[in-house]
Amino acid sequence: MSDSIIQVKNLHKSYDMGQSALHVLKGIDIDIKEGEMVSIMGSSGSGKSTLLNILGILDNYDSGSYHLNNILVRSMGETEAARFRNRYLGFIFQSFNLISFKNAMENVALPLYYQGVNRKKRNQLALEYLERLGLLNWANHLPSELSGGQRQRVAIARALISQPKLILADEPTGALDSQTSNEVMDILESVNASGISMIIVTHEPKVAARTHRVIRLSDGLIVPNGQPHTQEASSIVQETKP
Amino acid sequence: MIDYLQEILTTLQKNRLRAIMTGFSVAWGIFMLILLLGSGSGLQNGMENNFKGTSKNALWIWSGNTQVAHGGLKAGRRIQFTDADMKALEKTFADDIDHVSGRFHLWGNAAVTYQKEYGNFSLEGVMPDFKHIQTVEMKEGRYINEPDIRDFRKVALMSVAVQKALFKEETPLGKYIRVGGVPFMVVGTFENPSNKDEKQLYLPLSTIRKVFNGSNKLGEMAVSTNALTVAENKRIEEGIRSTLAQRHHVAPDDKQALGIWNTLEHFKQAQGIFAGIRLFVWVIGIMTILAGIVGVSNIMIILVKERTKEIGIRKAIGATPWSVIRLVLSESVFITTIAGFIGLVAGMGLLAIVSNVLKGMAAQGNDIERQFFNPSADWGVAISALVILVLAGLIAGYIPARRAAAIKPIEALHDE
Repeated sequence: MSDSIIQVKNLHKSYDMGQSALHVLKGIDIDIKEGEMVSIMGSSGSGKSTLLNILGILDNYDSGSYHLNNILVRSMGETEAARFRNRYLGFIFQSFNLISFKNAMENVALPLYYQGVNRKKRNQLALEYLERLGLLNWANHLPSELSGGQRQRVAIARALISQPKLILADEPTGALDSQTSNEVMDILESVNASGISMIIVTHEPKVAARTHRVIRLSDGLIVPNGQPHTQEASSIVQETKP
Repeated sequence: MIDYLQEILTTLQKNRLRAIMTGFSVAWGIFMLILLLGSGSGLQNGMENNFKGTSKNALWIWSGNTQVAHGGLKAGRRIQFTDADMKALEKTFADDIDHVSGRFHLWGNAAVTYQKEYGNFSLEGVMPDFKHIQTVEMKEGRYINEPDIRDFRKVALMSVAVQKALFKEETPLGKYIRVGGVPFMVVGTFENPSNKDEKQLYLPLSTIRKVFNGSNKLGEMAVSTNALTVAENKRIEEGIRSTLAQRHHVAPDDKQALGIWNTLEHFKQAQGIFAGIRLFVWVIGIMTILAGIVGVSNIMIILVKERTKEIGIRKAIGATPWSVIRLVLSESVFITTIAGFIGLVAGMGLLAIVSNVLKGMAAQGNDIERQFFNPSADWGVAISALVILVLAGLIAGYIPARRAAAIKPIEALHDE
């Protein structure tokens, strides 16, 4: 047993593209301690989305090992994976991904539906979480009636309600203006302060700066910490190329 | 469970019009199936009403004039049955025949009177066994029995219609009526289930022949066989025909001289036709429902495609593949069951109304009950229709559900 919430060793993943295989992750090693708040940065095509999907058990990997909360996640069945996601993980997405015909409260309560919590109790809990995020007055509104920042707060409440060990956030501020981004980051920081580990995938240096640690991904590999300039240089090259 | 329904209902509410349109095809299919089945059973009931009251394996035997010359005798000869024929049949076919009765009709001017009331009714001399061949429903009193025959008792049995004509509300039992001037005591009343208005009197065969100079003549004969199959009954029919043909020197294929109505054969023929109709109705009904299923399936596939993102979200936050399958399947079953139930109730309701109208017509003495009567689809049919509906819903939802379960959350969530 270790105090790591996530332990990834020599992780490989390639996609079958018909004739050829696309090698996306080429041996990733990550160790995230419980309570850590980590950001993953990298240009598009660096493999960060793939990594996030694997960490979120939304996708499987080819070789290496991935321990979540000291449990080996390896070629899980879909049903088992679903249970794992439900119990250990909370997701926050760039595009919020709320269900459009359910109101804020119902959206927040949904993970508990899949845990078999009865309606009354889960709605009550959902209201508590909405209150914590300052959205109690908006509980009966549909997502379309909320602003971007409000929607993201609903999504955060939904990620929190199942009391996960780890929150995976995929560009959580990507669709928000800078002021709202700051508010959302404030919330995420306070969530992390309550003891929930957090991984934020982002390409905004300002967001990454507010996390404890930045993992830079380039071309399917982690850029060692000792060479920040090289990484920056290469990313500049990559950005100016097209 | 309530949660579960709530989940289904909220999504259906969101697409109310589509759900209704989809359901309509299924409701229509079931409605038509029930209607068709009801019509089939109505026709069948009408047919069976024609056979009601007569033993299903009865043979009715009558004689006429010979059509062809045979055995040196010329055509046009009148054939007359006598007691000897009946005795011969009883003896020759002892193993095949359960009951035999000679029949003697009193034709024409034998008026039946009671005090000042009188009328002309069908009068027939029969034997006690006749009650097993032409079954009637006894209302009061008794049937003709052996002592009546042996002692030439002057007793009579009348149908309710005759009783109403002669006695009005009075009870006829023990009272005397006059048949052609001769007094007969009424010992029973009956009703012919296949023809409630039949104005018929039964008298003991021996008495009627003695009183009205019938000597040993028989007008017709009726037997009921112990045959279980048409072939067996046919064999007995042929045996009887050849025996009688021999006795009367008639060509065996002269159907004018010797007529035999084989009830079982005709009953089975009619039944066969109706079994065919029923099969046909089921096939058409199932095809109609199938069209409904394809419609539901189609809509569900579109629905799943539209909800790809939602299903992806559900999966990301912990929906198991089974719960996704269940979500789609139960919606499909829900639509088909509710819609089908509406169609079922509408169909059954319409049949009940039609059935009542027909009963009213039959009560007014209309002959409708012999053609089309009680067109109901019974509970067995209704339940099998419901089972078909649920199955239909499952089948309709299966392919869409499989698609939904196969949705990868990653792709679904990137699908903007």
